[in-house]
Amino acid sequence: MPEKKEYKVIGTRPIRHDGVDKVTGRALYGADFHTAGLLHGRVLRSPHAHARILSIDTSRAEAYPGVKAIVTAKDLPDAADKVADLGEGAVHLKYLCDNILASDKALYKGHAIAAVAATNAHIAEEACALIDVAYEVLPPVLEVRQAMEPAAPLLHETLKTGSLGETAEEPSNVASHLQHKKGDIEAGFAEADVIIEREFVTGTVHQGYIEPHNATALYNPDGQLTVWCSTQGAFTVREQLTEILQYPISKIKVVPMEIGGGFGGKINVYVEPVAALLAKKTGKPVKVLMNRADVFEGTGPTPASFIRVKMGATKDGKLTAAQTHLAFEAGAYPGSPVGAGAMCIFAPYDIANVLIDGYDVVVNKPKSAPYRAPGATNAAFGSETVIDELAKELNIDALEFRIMNGAKEGVKRADGPVFPRIGFIESVEAAKQHPHYTSPNGKKHHGRGVASGFWFNIGLASSVSISVNPDGTINLVEGSTDIGGTRASIAMQAAEVLGIPAESVNPSVVDTNSVGYTAVTGGSRTTFATGYAAYEAAQDVKRQLIARAAKLWEVDEEDVQFADGEFSCINGKEAQLSFHDLSARLGETGGPVVGSAAVNPPGAGGAFATHIVDLEVDEDTGKVQILRYTATQDAGKAIHPSYVEGQIQGGVVQGIGWALNEEYIYNAEGTMTNASFLDYRIPTCLDLPMIDTVIVEVPNPGHPYGVRGVGEVPIVPPPAAIANAIYDAIGIRMTELPMSPDRMLKAMGKI
Amino acid sequence: MAKLPVTLTVNGDGYDLLIEPRKTLLAVLRDTIGLTGTKEGCSTGDCGACTVIVDGRAVTSCMVLGVTAADKAIMTIEGLAADGELHPVQQAFIDTGGYQCGFCTPGFIMASKALLDENPARTEEEFRHALGGNICRCTGYTKILEAVMQAAEEIRTTA
Repeated sequence: MPEKKEYKVIGTRPIRHDGVDKVTGRALYGADFHTAGLLHGRVLRSPHAHARILSIDTSRAEAYPGVKAIVTAKDLPDAADKVADLGEGAVHLKYLCDNILASDKALYKGHAIAAVAATNAHIAEEACALIDVAYEVLPPVLEVRQAMEPAAPLLHETLKTGSLGETAEEPSNVASHLQHKKGDIEAGFAEADVIIEREFVTGTVHQGYIEPHNATALYNPDGQLTVWCSTQGAFTVREQLTEILQYPISKIKVVPMEIGGGFGGKINVYVEPVAALLAKKTGKPVKVLMNRADVFEGTGPTPASFIRVKMGATKDGKLTAAQTHLAFEAGAYPGSPVGAGAMCIFAPYDIANVLIDGYDVVVNKPKSAPYRAPGATNAAFGSETVIDELAKELNIDALEFRIMNGAKEGVKRADGPVFPRIGFIESVEAAKQHPHYTSPNGKKHHGRGVASGFWFNIGLASSVSISVNPDGTINLVEGSTDIGGTRASIAMQAAEVLGIPAESVNPSVVDTNSVGYTAVTGGSRTTFATGYAAYEAAQDVKRQLIARAAKLWEVDEEDVQFADGEFSCINGKEAQLSFHDLSARLGETGGPVVGSAAVNPPGAGGAFATHIVDLEVDEDTGKVQILRYTATQDAGKAIHPSYVEGQIQGGVVQGIGWALNEEYIYNAEGTMTNASFLDYRIPTCLDLPMIDTVIVEVPNPGHPYGVRGVGEVPIVPPPAAIANAIYDAIGIRMTELPMSPDRMLKAMGKI
Repeated sequence: MAKLPVTLTVNGDGYDLLIEPRKTLLAVLRDTIGLTGTKEGCSTGDCGACTVIVDGRAVTSCMVLGVTAADKAIMTIEGLAADGELHPVQQAFIDTGGYQCGFCTPGFIMASKALLDENPARTEEEFRHALGGNICRCTGYTKILEAVMQAAEEIRTTA
């Protein structure tokens, strides 16, 4: 159970340790890396969304002055029939490799076909234009329902649907079907007095990090491969490289540079193996950078989806049954986040009868990648809209309806887990009591909407080591990429244990040769799990320092007590030493003190959020303007409240963009027609009000300080909350994302 | 491609360079001079990550050719902290947590600096208009606006 006491460091707002580097331009990101003799790589990409690759002739490009090497899929090891294990279940190695450089088929516009290394980036780009690729163009499949049709063109001739343990006979674009069942769905609907069933469509959206993907690779003559890149997980890159290149893991070192945003999109590798192949062929360091169009067209967006939701409730407001059909676009290769969507969709509610069917479907779009609570936002757009409609139908306040049916400790989710102590009801109560919710709302074309969201959060492995400096500070070494302030939130947990200020910790994020295995910065796990490792490593330091004090005072270790940064003797001797003073005496008591811990904590503890939005609909243009936004969220325990607020505000705004503007717009040939930041509109500060946050703290029993992951769940409620507010404003239910001006005008019957 | 001799003045220092005319000011700053604090996010002038100050005005350096920037005073994020003291905008971004990944931060700071030099007495609405050309994907802008308004207050009271 979490420690219950007053904290000295936790809950305060110190300056993050990388603060000055990031405001002075000193922080080094992947593209900033430079080394002597550097070559520059450029990737040639498919102009077709679906095509068979008949031949690739590189001879003209090879002869171009300044070109040093060209690679294609032929330079990758033979992947046929091999299975790769990246720690999250087996994947076909061929799919992994083909997404790096296509072998037999190009499966999306922008699919990497070949790459050139040259003495500068311009030459590499010019040489790409001299590579002759012969394609047999095939009809593209661009939408999930179309892809599921039996007559749809097939992306993979050998892909057969895996469904509940069985494999189908005939090939299909449906990679898999999953199901979660609880209770008796028919009986549940029979009990209901009101049943609402609706269909929803969501668009393909991108994580939209501002820093494009990058990688620099170097093969030394001794076979040591070093890769410098911006990634959410250096160890995850190492795992993927060892599989894709079929190269020993011990010969690969991944050096994580600073990262310019990820949101799930910088977990899969893209240019890292390409840089490695080019480096091997040239014997020189090679840097490969993407441009913005490459990022949109060649990296994982989060998928479009088709969702059917049916829910029933009794007339006194009890939910009796919930059913959903979730069909998610995986992109070119299997692996959409439909599983996570299925876990989250009805999780906030205690419903006796649930049936969830999920389908993972390949289409001719880039292979999807995680994006902040992957799958949960799509799913909640459906379920939270239907919840709103039920509440309206039953004439019950929408937040009260959520409280009446809210999940709490002991409730079993449809996908199996039983909730420990959670803070859903508390997050809804906080919203219900908020001055925003109790303020008047009634102007013409103004609307107010609410929605809730759930994300399960993950734990996974983290390692930390701490060494004590003679001046009373500590060096903390970790393997977790710091995307938004986790150096601080991890350091603060070690500081709390040792009774020292956060400023007395020097945290470093290091390469894969320099710290124990640490899983990716994702799943809202870093402050929870790497923070847990820092807590345990600090406990190790504390134990060792107690032994040193005992040695100095010639007493038993049991006679030394540590509290508030002071070691004291409790057997009658008047002896006391601060952490600072004892640090200076390590040399005379046995030498350096280094503490370490490796953890894989199981109790990640789910996160819940409830949002309130006020907006205005412009009847003439169809534009929706957000006027006021309040987000409440259970953070368990906010280690650094400012950075928790920042996570909430950032997630909310990504959700607003998803709701109102963002989508991949395709033409009939399967080309994305808006692959730039001008045409793919992510919110600017001009589009938004200040985002108000309320941090609710229901400590997570699975962490010593009660931490729950906070990063992902804030993106989940916005699309549904906004759709519900639009209904409140103009009486129309929007069921398609984004709710852009053209869709609004259509829904209002104006075009 | 033939290179042209150009002298650029960056953060008060003169650089005698031979550069290809197709190179953007951004590429010259980052690759030729080695000032990598200025970031490249889109290469099309849409994200503002590459914002620098040229003759007192905020400019997206990916939209300017390096050879056209001769005889102008160029300031990058590296030149902002004077005599080891952070500029009030830099300090405000740190104080409020006006950044997460930090990648758009140099551009936001330079755009804000140019704005505050011109006139620090603006409303929140005016700041939102003026910074609408810079994109941040992490923060949702709330803490960025708080930072810029804190810096504006600081500049107004110390001026």
